[in-house]
Amino acid sequence: MTASYDVVVVGGGGAGLRAAVAAVEADPRVSVAIISKVYPMRSHTVSAEGGAAAVIRTGDSLDEHANDTISGGDWLCDQDAVEAFVAEAPKELLRLEHQGCPWSREPDGHVAVRPFGGMKQMRTWFAADKTGFHLLHTLFQTSLGYERIVRYDEWFVTTLLVDDGRVQGVMALELMSGRVEAITAKTVILATGGCGRVYPFTTNANIKTGDGMALAYRAGAPLKDMEFVQYHPTGLPFTGILITEAARAEGGWLVNKDGYRYLQDYDLGTPEPKPVFKSMELGPRDRLSQAFVKEVEKGRTVDTPYGPVVHLDLRHLGAEIIEKKLPFVRELCLDYEKIDPIRELVPVRPVVHYMMGGVHTDIHGATPLEGLYAAGEVACVSINGANRLGSNSLPELLVFGARAGKAAAEYASTAKDPAPLIALLEQDERRRLDHEMIHPDGGRERISDIREEMQQTMEAAAGIYRSRESLAKAAEILQDLRHRFRSARVEDDSRTFNTQVLAALELSCMLDVADSIVQCALLREESRGAHQRTDFPSRDDERFLAHSLIHRNADGSSRVEYAPVTITRWPPGERVYGR
Amino acid sequence: MADSITLRVSRYRPESETQPTVQEYEVPLRKEWAVLDGLNYIKDHLDGTLSYRWSCRMGICGSCGMTVNGEPKLTCGTFLVDYAEGPVRVEPLHNFPVIRDLVVEIGDFMRKLPTVSPWLVAAEEPPPDGEYLQSPDQMDAYKQYSMCINCMLCYSACPVYGLDPDFLGPAAIALAQRYNLDSRDHGAHQRMDVLASAEGIWACTFVGECSTACPKDVDPAGAIQRYKLTAAMNSLKAFLLPRAAR
Repeated sequence: MTASYDVVVVGGGGAGLRAAVAAVEADPRVSVAIISKVYPMRSHTVSAEGGAAAVIRTGDSLDEHANDTISGGDWLCDQDAVEAFVAEAPKELLRLEHQGCPWSREPDGHVAVRPFGGMKQMRTWFAADKTGFHLLHTLFQTSLGYERIVRYDEWFVTTLLVDDGRVQGVMALELMSGRVEAITAKTVILATGGCGRVYPFTTNANIKTGDGMALAYRAGAPLKDMEFVQYHPTGLPFTGILITEAARAEGGWLVNKDGYRYLQDYDLGTPEPKPVFKSMELGPRDRLSQAFVKEVEKGRTVDTPYGPVVHLDLRHLGAEIIEKKLPFVRELCLDYEKIDPIRELVPVRPVVHYMMGGVHTDIHGATPLEGLYAAGEVACVSINGANRLGSNSLPELLVFGARAGKAAAEYASTAKDPAPLIALLEQDERRRLDHEMIHPDGGRERISDIREEMQQTMEAAAGIYRSRESLAKAAEILQDLRHRFRSARVEDDSRTFNTQVLAALELSCMLDVADSIVQCALLREESRGAHQRTDFPSRDDERFLAHSLIHRNADGSSRVEYAPVTITRWPPGERVYGR
Repeated sequence: MADSITLRVSRYRPESETQPTVQEYEVPLRKEWAVLDGLNYIKDHLDGTLSYRWSCRMGICGSCGMTVNGEPKLTCGTFLVDYAEGPVRVEPLHNFPVIRDLVVEIGDFMRKLPTVSPWLVAAEEPPPDGEYLQSPDQMDAYKQYSMCINCMLCYSACPVYGLDPDFLGPAAIALAQRYNLDSRDHGAHQRMDVLASAEGIWACTFVGECSTACPKDVDPAGAIQRYKLTAAMNSLKAFLLPRAAR
């Protein structure tokens, strides 16, 4: 007997949990299931550190938050979406407060806020420097009180069931037993997060393999603005562990090998002892990561076995600030670098962190494919444009998770039951998994070899700076890797918790996502935000004030189309930092 | 320093084996490498059939708990050099059924979790346009107990849970206390029956192994001891004032 729900949410992180709760609250009759490849509290939301932006202080305004977000995104944000986002973000963060989230406090008991990169005001709420952890656990624990939310923990969705032009469910593999089941649904919400593992050096957890993006793309929904990949300026070498921007917001400095605050050489302002909004270390992530590359070229970085680094200097903050505001930073430095930031410099380098792009959705989280919704990092609404500001992603997954959950519940209340043809699709997918994926000793290619080549290819060609030459070559290599993947070897023939089959399924998602990034980057002949072309160094609003939409053709090839950016009140202008 | 180290890894494939076995692998010994890096080296280069869970590799998702040389550890934060010259024994967490290799079944904990109502129980509607006020001191009252990552190391270390699987266990009790001690919460009565039951706090014999094993300094043993005092006071009050509301 096939299980059937009104709303199936794929992914149990921040966006998925918020969407599930919103769906049951929107309509007391809807049935909701969350399918996640990990237990919800393992989801990658848990790793977010610095904070969540929402206007709360007097003196701040929604328009200022919108303006910071739009200029931070180099005018590629859809401004109607940004306006909805900034308006709903405070309500969402307050809702979490009412559910028990331990936001850090001022002495008078009010929620505290801190500055953050690219933000003109203090509006970033935080729970020390474990904001994502507390946010996720609060959402998860609260969700346990909703008996109507059914969970499929450690189930991996292998495909979306699409018939008659609409999504009618999913096929999913239960890791513990190896069984594959159809789970039908009137609507599916993708909330699977990003795809940082497409690159070799990333803050992203091992589970961030672009599954939801690939599911949507293969089912016929376009991916939007995939060329915009955020490098966070401060990752620990070797592990890629994130050192939060809050370290700089609390007053940390970035210095090169000469102890020089090099950001002053890159039109980011002049160094002051205390942090200044939108200046120097509080500039946007794209600009800071680009400055690092220039420092490497000038020979002013420090060489290590894991590549060149600069230093994050927190020593002048003192032990009290570090222990109170940045305890996790200290813990991570002590554990993974054997360095105490109270006394020592922290080595850091840019690291792949976040996908601005994702499954194309409207302001309600709806994709162009009927019955399919998406929210959080997997989606591209777009409020992030060409470069996301730090602390906007946590409120984003709440605001648009809630919107998608509500919209999906409304759609489900009028949608027809799944069509009988679903049984045939189910058989097709079983056959695909049995014969194409799981073939013991059938293949010659090692999964880890293909994955590593893909990652190195992406870093070399679609990193902080790109060019036509490097991208075209990467497109060819990826084509070859996709070909080689067909003979990937899966020697594990067990049905029980087969992580090799899982790795193969994830790699096939990553190969599709990697190709979409490269194709979109190749065609965008301009430099905007996180997409910097050495052969087209300027922004070109004439040709490219537009979203890339990559579609999959029936033969497996792709085509890229462009859609206009919604401009409401902020006409494109110059991005100004530090002056 | 030697340039390699032996990992003695517990294997168990339920379809073909009735008992776990041990398989040895030689992995590079590098100063930055955690035990998890050693396992990933095996998976990627030596034996793709080894199964284990991992995700964030920064000590916050709670996936990669295993038993390393007899102690429950997060393998992403446990370093090979600390076990040189080896060999290093890597086994699944104790006190749980083993699904496969290093993967254990934690469904029991997942079913217990909702029984302690681990969510904020409000006394009245929250303030419409603002937050509940909570001073930093009020936050400090529960903060430590809010740091649990559900990694299961405390259950693996707990001798009581090893003998009595019905025991609610350290993390679930600490989480209940996290809400009980939150100034915004009024759900302590709702949680009392479960916490003060025979399988709740009173099952704990205060060995304290849970707090030793905890990688996040949550101190579940302290949470349990504190609640024993609360529960004792409540029973005393109920005895002295039988008609008062609990």
